[in-house]
Amino acid sequence: MNADEQDRLKKLLQAALPPTAGEPEPGRGPGRDLWPAVLRKLDSKPATPWYDWALLAGLLGLAGLFPAAIPVFLYYL
Amino acid sequence: MATGVQAGWDEQEIRRHLLAFHRGDMDAFEALFRRHRRAVYGWILRIVRDAGAAEELTVETFWRISRAHARFDPSRGFEGWARRIATHAALDWMRSRRVEVELNAELADDPPASAIADAAVSAEIREKTARAFQRLPPKLRIAAVLAVVEEQPHKEVAEALGISVAAVKLRVFRALRLLRKDLEQQGIRP
Repeated sequence: MNADEQDRLKKLLQAALPPTAGEPEPGRGPGRDLWPAVLRKLDSKPATPWYDWALLAGLLGLAGLFPAAIPVFLYYL
Repeated sequence: MATGVQAGWDEQEIRRHLLAFHRGDMDAFEALFRRHRRAVYGWILRIVRDAGAAEELTVETFWRISRAHARFDPSRGFEGWARRIATHAALDWMRSRRVEVELNAELADDPPASAIADAAVSAEIREKTARAFQRLPPKLRIAAVLAVVEEQPHKEVAEALGISVAAVKLRVFRALRLLRKDLEQQGIRP
């Protein structure tokens, strides 16, 4: 792809996607005060990810199948 | 409340707030939020081009910023660090969206200045180009939207993405090449 083709594609892209205004002027910007939402998010407890539950289930399954492995596992904790 | 310290901070005051934020001071965090929220929101809006999503991602960004306060280096300034976190939050959002992104109606309805100037670019071609662009991998799209559409300096884009200027140029080149391929498959010869 040569420089002319690149320029044509850039112009086409700029025509297809108009630039945004960038940083809003004072008094504009986010349509609401976002600070309460930030505080709410900070106060909320993060959900335990699914892979943590899967790891726990795997360990319990392993302990059930091989009870002798429990002391070895505890040793490495 | 820290609303009285939004603007006009002198060097000493900035340093004091940054150090306090680094220690985990919530008042300093709120002051920094109020000082930088518009810039962070504007940066995210440039990437995601959707006002509602930009608001959500601004909240997400400041949440990530708060959680990472101990890793913040006050000697390196807040704005660039916040912009990098915002960029990665936006990138995660783009990756999580499986459905093709519809153009923001407000943005799509307003004919861009460059399109007005170039009457040869029909509305159909613009729409197909926009849709083809949404199909690009998020990593390439984010580099192209910032560097080409928003015409941000490559250095700023590189810092925001945490990559080199050469890598930004490469991503833009790859984005354009993939875009051309997609358009050619639709019978459009750019």
